[in-house]
Amino acid sequence: MCLGIPGRVIEIRDEAGLRMGRVDFGGVRKEACLSYVPEVELGDYVIVHVGFAISRVDEAEALRTLELLSRMGDLVQQELATMGPGMIAPAIVDDPGPGPDLPADGSGGPDR
Amino acid sequence: MKYLDEYRDPVLARKLLDEIHRITTRPWTLMEVCGGQTHTIVKQGIDELLPPGVRMIHGPGCPVCVTPLEQVDKALAIAARPDVIFTSYGDMLRVPGSTTDLLSLKARGADVRIVYSPLDAVRIAAANRDRQVVFFAVGFETTAPANAMAVWQAAQLGLDNFSVLVSHVLVPPAMIALLESPSNQVQAFLAAGHVCAVMGWTEYEPIAARYHVPIVVTGFEPLDLLEGILIAIRQLEAGRAEVENQYVRAVRREGNRLAQETVFRVFEIGRRTWRGIGEIPASGYHLKPAFARFDAETKFAVEGIRTREHPACIAGAILTGEKTPLDCTAYGVLCSPQQPLGAPMVSAEGTCAAFFAAGRGIGAPARPLEIRPLEIRPLEIAPSPAGAAEGTR
Repeated sequence: MCLGIPGRVIEIRDEAGLRMGRVDFGGVRKEACLSYVPEVELGDYVIVHVGFAISRVDEAEALRTLELLSRMGDLVQQELATMGPGMIAPAIVDDPGPGPDLPADGSGGPDR
Repeated sequence: MKYLDEYRDPVLARKLLDEIHRITTRPWTLMEVCGGQTHTIVKQGIDELLPPGVRMIHGPGCPVCVTPLEQVDKALAIAARPDVIFTSYGDMLRVPGSTTDLLSLKARGADVRIVYSPLDAVRIAAANRDRQVVFFAVGFETTAPANAMAVWQAAQLGLDNFSVLVSHVLVPPAMIALLESPSNQVQAFLAAGHVCAVMGWTEYEPIAARYHVPIVVTGFEPLDLLEGILIAIRQLEAGRAEVENQYVRAVRREGNRLAQETVFRVFEIGRRTWRGIGEIPASGYHLKPAFARFDAETKFAVEGIRTREHPACIAGAILTGEKTPLDCTAYGVLCSPQQPLGAPMVSAEGTCAAFFAAGRGIGAPARPLEIRPLEIRPLEIAPSPAGAAEGTR
């Protein structure tokens, strides 16, 4: 019972003094109590535990986390690149080298 | 499924793992508190992909596993009564008591029903006023708002045939008990994200400061766990010990205030016995005196029941991280998910069951060393027949 699952709120109604609703979990729809998340509106994502929404999923934060994660590899590569020459192994192994559209003076080459 | 699939991306997981390997210079021991996290870590083999010397200890955060045997025996004693409809989360049905379990009792004719939400138990009580309806209110801080609301609703509806068998436990006192133990090995915690979604993380700040232990509020998907591990190791490597929030999309520092209000309207904090750990002061919830009439223990006079564990089971050492299932002589031999001796083998979130499901130490073929996408588990929340309140969890 301790797994919480994110789902999208597709219906909100009042029932015996409780804020109830239906939540869609990737096609499976379940009843959930929304009394603890009064700020939630139709279409919002919530985390549901044992039939109760306990938290609204912050979409902006969710996207930001994923973006940070997907940039992380690039950050690592950048940091390695700044270590410069002199290392035992080249910092970036799979450098494709200058492309055909590079300026003639070579700026923007392998050390970019 | 949105907010699940994205957090299982194997390419991003690889990047996180690479970063963990890059920054780690020393061996570290981390504990994930929650059983849900254990399940993902073991299933994905995340612990086996970490740098050498970085160890994950699987914590006591599985409510099924830490519910003491005598509470299960009390549940069985109540459920066996012909005037009772006994309702429970599905996870508790196969937990062995001293002589039997709820599922076997049901097969023998007892009226035992699985509910997905505690409100379903209240509905059953409202529809069966001539029967006693008892709900097995177990869990950590995550289920407390739901269980408290059920009691509150029953009071509002004036239901005198509804009661709860409470076995509620709290995460921070268990963390302190582990840290105070002379054999403690834990250097950093991944705190349970959904517990913090309810309670916030202010109560972890003094623990991080006092014991100088990083605590990272962490989600449940593979990427969440990897990022939580990365944040914890970053702190350890830098000598910092703070509370940090990895699970920003679902957890706010103050938690869910409305949920907390309802919990503390119905429950008060008191001592609890943890299966395998023993009694911990101020480590669980009890009904407040104003709600004493909803206490199934007094209603059915089962407070006196006392029982002992199976002698071969080392659940206690497993729950505290001193031993793994591979150190247990009964694991896979006397004890399996089909015939569990102790609670960690019962629940899918228990350490022993997670090891067993991943084929660890039982001659299963070696798993390829890669992060595999999880199959999604909507099956667990299968639609219920109208009003019947059937579910699997």
